[in-house]
Amino acid sequence: MDYLYQLLFAPFVEFGFMRRALIGCVALAISATPVGVFLMLRRMSLTGDAIAHAILPGAALGYMVAGLSLGAMTLGGLIAGWIVALLAGGLARITVLKEDANLAVFYLMSLAIGVLLVSTQSRNIDLLHLLFGSVLALNNEALVLLASIATLTLLLLALILRPLVLECIDPGFLKRHSRLGTPVHLIFLALVVLNLVAGFQALGTLMAVGIMILPATAARFWSRQLDSLLLVAVLIALFGCWAGLLMSWHLDWPTGPAIILMLGLLHLFSLFFGVEGLVWRWIRPAKHYKA
Amino acid sequence: MTRSLIQFDNLTLGYDRHPAVHHLNGEIQPGSLWALVGPNGAGKSTLLKGLMGELRPLSGRIVWPQGRSRVAYLPQRSGLNLDFPLRVTDFISFGLWSSTGAFRHLSAECKARIGDALVQVGMQGFEQRPLDSLSGGQLQRVLFARLLVEKADLLLLDEPFAAVDEATTQDLLALIHQWQAQGKTLLVVLHDLYQVRNHFPQALLLARDKVAMGATSEVLTPDNLMKARRMQAPFDPLAPLCEADGSAHVHREAR
Repeated sequence: MDYLYQLLFAPFVEFGFMRRALIGCVALAISATPVGVFLMLRRMSLTGDAIAHAILPGAALGYMVAGLSLGAMTLGGLIAGWIVALLAGGLARITVLKEDANLAVFYLMSLAIGVLLVSTQSRNIDLLHLLFGSVLALNNEALVLLASIATLTLLLLALILRPLVLECIDPGFLKRHSRLGTPVHLIFLALVVLNLVAGFQALGTLMAVGIMILPATAARFWSRQLDSLLLVAVLIALFGCWAGLLMSWHLDWPTGPAIILMLGLLHLFSLFFGVEGLVWRWIRPAKHYKA
Repeated sequence: MTRSLIQFDNLTLGYDRHPAVHHLNGEIQPGSLWALVGPNGAGKSTLLKGLMGELRPLSGRIVWPQGRSRVAYLPQRSGLNLDFPLRVTDFISFGLWSSTGAFRHLSAECKARIGDALVQVGMQGFEQRPLDSLSGGQLQRVLFARLLVEKADLLLLDEPFAAVDEATTQDLLALIHQWQAQGKTLLVVLHDLYQVRNHFPQALLLARDKVAMGATSEVLTPDNLMKARRMQAPFDPLAPLCEADGSAHVHREAR
């Protein structure tokens, strides 16, 4: 028993920074993961990745202005991410280029500016910190930010749920009945940016996408209904964060990659053993139904 | 005499100044049941888009003497993203958009309307089924159920029976007659002339230009059908400007 306690719970009971890391991850899991489910269902899984890259120059600019300040880097990241998301999402609806192409253009420009800022700076920005985050160094300020973003995200998602779902499944119908299509899409993109910025406090700009997309893709192997899909995805995210933190603690690995790797393993497990997974395709039952 | 619901006033609709519907005149009476017939590329879908307000006329206009009606539209290609995991009832509930809007909850009355619509299209028992598990014919029935809950006055159906089997077609045709009996106006794009003759009292035969419009038996004559078949379908990029009846429009003539 004691061994199990030491293995699974002791780090969180005994160390405050592990508790903070866990709380931060819980906030991310219930906020970023539902957003990720919609990203996946709208075939925009890679959009999160592109926007995550676009955040970099904003965060770097924030750092140059105010040093390692949570507020400045968050604001910078939000502004850079929102500009790219708005340009990509807005231009796709009024020009010939589709959203993925527009996004590629503007995230690359943004990334170039970011790398330029980081490399021409005489002060040595800890690029690794920006790219890979520091979930073990979350202070109270950061936790409040994560919790606020989670609250805002869930409220906004609940508000725009119906038009968002309709835009996913039958955009033509939404267009005929309402002008909400474009605003709802832009609000959704804003939520993606917001959650990526939240994620990069803990996991870094590049790893933040992981907690959005991986639980969503894993959950797809367990459910065919939107509501249960959202629930399963959040549960997978919660479990992955907890297990990832433990893995990082016991093996002395960096935390961000450990969490994302754990989520990846959960995806692989679901891929094989989920209700819609590969194994059930291979083992075909000998008898089939009459109708 | 009743006032007409829609008047086509020298209406020309098209793309890039090339007409797809050319100088159409005519009127649609409220409560009438129309078949829209003609070869591919004759402008049938374009006319429906014009009625939906999705396409601005190149010249002429569509007049709504009684004010614009509430229109429900079934497109030729549904454009549904069936990967999205949604139940049949949730999908049909979007038909209630005009009463629930984006944010209001579904009242008990709304849910009853959805259940009722499923019964009417013969899909009771499918409420909780995911959309992607339906066959083509079942999906078409579900789309009709969504039209049912929309409670529109004018229904525009674009080839509703393409790739649908005989039994489903009969069921859906019965719904169309029921809608007409309720006083709704219907414009239905069709290719099966036997169906048109048997079920649709009025027909508009289009081949970019109007070939004939009126009682079905007078419209679908061998003569008229031959005329429609002779239409040159693809746009001619070198077509001269159309100066028909001295109007000032600048679209290109197709021939």
